[in-house]
Amino acid sequence: MVPTWHYLLLSAALLTIGILGVLTRRNIIIILMSLELILNAVNINLVAFSRQWGDVSGQVFAIFIITVAAAEAAVGLGILIALFRNRDTVNADEIDLLKW
Amino acid sequence: MLFAQIIFYLLAGVAVVSALLVITRRNPVHSAIYLIITLLSVALIYLQLQAEFLAAVQIILYIGGIMVLFLFVIMLVRLDEALRQEQFNRQWFVAGVAVVVLAVELIGVIYLGRDTALGPEAGPEALKALQPNTERIGEALFQTYMLPFEIASLLLLVAMVGAVLMARRRVE
Repeated sequence: MVPTWHYLLLSAALLTIGILGVLTRRNIIIILMSLELILNAVNINLVAFSRQWGDVSGQVFAIFIITVAAAEAAVGLGILIALFRNRDTVNADEIDLLKW
Repeated sequence: MLFAQIIFYLLAGVAVVSALLVITRRNPVHSAIYLIITLLSVALIYLQLQAEFLAAVQIILYIGGIMVLFLFVIMLVRLDEALRQEQFNRQWFVAGVAVVVLAVELIGVIYLGRDTALGPEAGPEALKALQPNTERIGEALFQTYMLPFEIASLLLLVAMVGAVLMARRRVE
């Protein structure tokens, strides 16, 4: 059986790749995809611990996280469409209306 | 036993490599397709962890729902100009250093705590508590976690109203 800490390493790798994407990319669509990567990394942790302790609560929490991810994607993409309609850009560093 | 390990490392490799491709591709459609590959291998890792229901939810909701939403939005937004521009922002070097520090820290903590902090590995009797999987999840979801379940449904309603409000064309 694969030990739990190997799952944690996989989760850490996906988390760091997701954070790298959020911090470095300019395209908002890809920033939102990197957020999905981060949420998936958390889910791998929860399911691995659920197996380690033989408790199904971790999997229930993973379902809640998937729900939140769906809500986040819907609202985020709605904001993206509204933004594109008003500013005609998808670059995160060009959205600086509130900067002085 | 060995077969399951080979499958896990194969799936983990595919997930990490296609996650790297997600954040480096220029075209968001290619990123979305590589993200689907990552999500699919994560779903297979859930299967390998004996979470069959969650694997099905991952495929139906993530790949069938969220990624289709992403692809629709990519089609709605005009990307020709953004494709010709620089894809990474000016802080990429600082961000890269910070992320490398974070990765070293995470790997160090997980490696050092692998025996002491995590506790003993589950035996076959602990895995029996997870089966039959859908039934166990249903019991936990509708008994122990009833209130969070209701709150999640409210959250989805609010998100739906919010998304419709955001994407609506302004009527004067």
